[in-house]
Amino acid sequence: MASPDKVDPIHQFAINKIVDLHIGGLDVSFTNSSLYMVVTVVLTGAFLYLATSSRAVVPSRMQSVAEMSYEFIANMLRDAAGEQGMKFFPLVFSLFMFVLVANLIGMFPYFFTVTSHIIVTFALAMLVILTVIFYGLYKHGLHFFNLFVPSGVPGILLPLVVAIEVISFLSRPISLSVRLFANMLAGHITLKVFSGFVVSLSALGVGGIVGSVLPLGMAVALTGLEFLVSFLQAYVFAVLTCMYLNDAIHPGH
Amino acid sequence: MFVTEAYGQETAPAVEGGHGAEAPADAAHAGTEVPHEGGHGAAFPPFDSSTFPSQLLWLAITFGLFYVFLKKVIVPRLSAILDARDARIAQDIEQATKMKADADAAVAAYEQELAEARANANTIGQKARDDAKAEAEAKRKSIEATLEQKLADAEARVAKIKDAAMQDVGSIAEETASAIVSALGGKSAKADVSAAVKSVRS
Repeated sequence: MASPDKVDPIHQFAINKIVDLHIGGLDVSFTNSSLYMVVTVVLTGAFLYLATSSRAVVPSRMQSVAEMSYEFIANMLRDAAGEQGMKFFPLVFSLFMFVLVANLIGMFPYFFTVTSHIIVTFALAMLVILTVIFYGLYKHGLHFFNLFVPSGVPGILLPLVVAIEVISFLSRPISLSVRLFANMLAGHITLKVFSGFVVSLSALGVGGIVGSVLPLGMAVALTGLEFLVSFLQAYVFAVLTCMYLNDAIHPGH
Repeated sequence: MFVTEAYGQETAPAVEGGHGAEAPADAAHAGTEVPHEGGHGAAFPPFDSSTFPSQLLWLAITFGLFYVFLKKVIVPRLSAILDARDARIAQDIEQATKMKADADAAVAAYEQELAEARANANTIGQKARDDAKAEAEAKRKSIEATLEQKLADAEARVAKIKDAAMQDVGSIAEETASAIVSALGGKSAKADVSAAVKSVRS
């Protein structure tokens, strides 16, 4: 029988302390999660820094990748929020790059996935929503609340519509964070379960080895799917961020 | 507004897919958590609130630094690179447009010159043809005149010769007639004979 760690699909999400650290009674230890945050940030930062260091007019491959990611997010933001939205470009760009690289790093076996923890995705979602609220209030004052009052709605329906708009606004950070968290968590658990099947079945003898071809194929296919999901979720996170920022910039519908 | 709606539609399937993927994972989760919790009683890691302060702090530190780094270094660099490229492309296009205009002007000038040269050539050719024709005509006329002169001379000579010959024919006939008359034994009167010849010939 394989060791329990190998077939336990939850084990990969465990947080282990690397450096024990307590500040004001709070446990803020440097953990494997913190380590992978640092790795994500350093890797992405170093890549973008090195790729753009030559500032070539005709770009190298690495510079092309950096430019493509820049223009990808820039077009997305410009389409969703207009030219005024470009002041939020560094925020959307860093969110997209952080989520994307964290997701992709999580695809390596034995690596920790930062975005598979709800608190991380929720913190990122709250960052977006708080930016929207504070910028909206700062820029438009009380007119920001026009966001909840769609124009052209008959007076009788207005309280109902406003209630729905408020609920939908409040559920945004939840949907934004749970979508990313659940996708990463579910994908990694599924991969681990199918890989665990391969190990368990192989231990049963010749019949098991033949039978393990099916879960192995599934694991391979799911790996491909998970790479897609990694990109797609980063993209969705960035697109929704752009749309929410558009609400802060143009609160009247 | 249209754009955001389009994005909304685009993201909708992704969300659906997300929920779809969630369902089997939750089932797997439910199936595997029970023995795990029986083992050492730890909470499901993503919902273990004791790790939240650490994750939040380190996320704030790392993401905060990442944001500042991107905002201060990477984004200005990338936008400078792209702006420089756009400026360069615009400049190159402008230069190319100018060169094309120059080339078009050169082609037009060349064609104009070609047309003029062709017209000149036509004029010269026409003139040469006309000159040649006139010269040929003149030569032909002078030759014809010479020939007619010669013909007239020749005809005059023929007439003269013919007259002389006719003259001779008269005298021969007279001599022959007087010879025949004398042979017949008659006395030939020269005047009679010539009068007879004359009456025959006329």
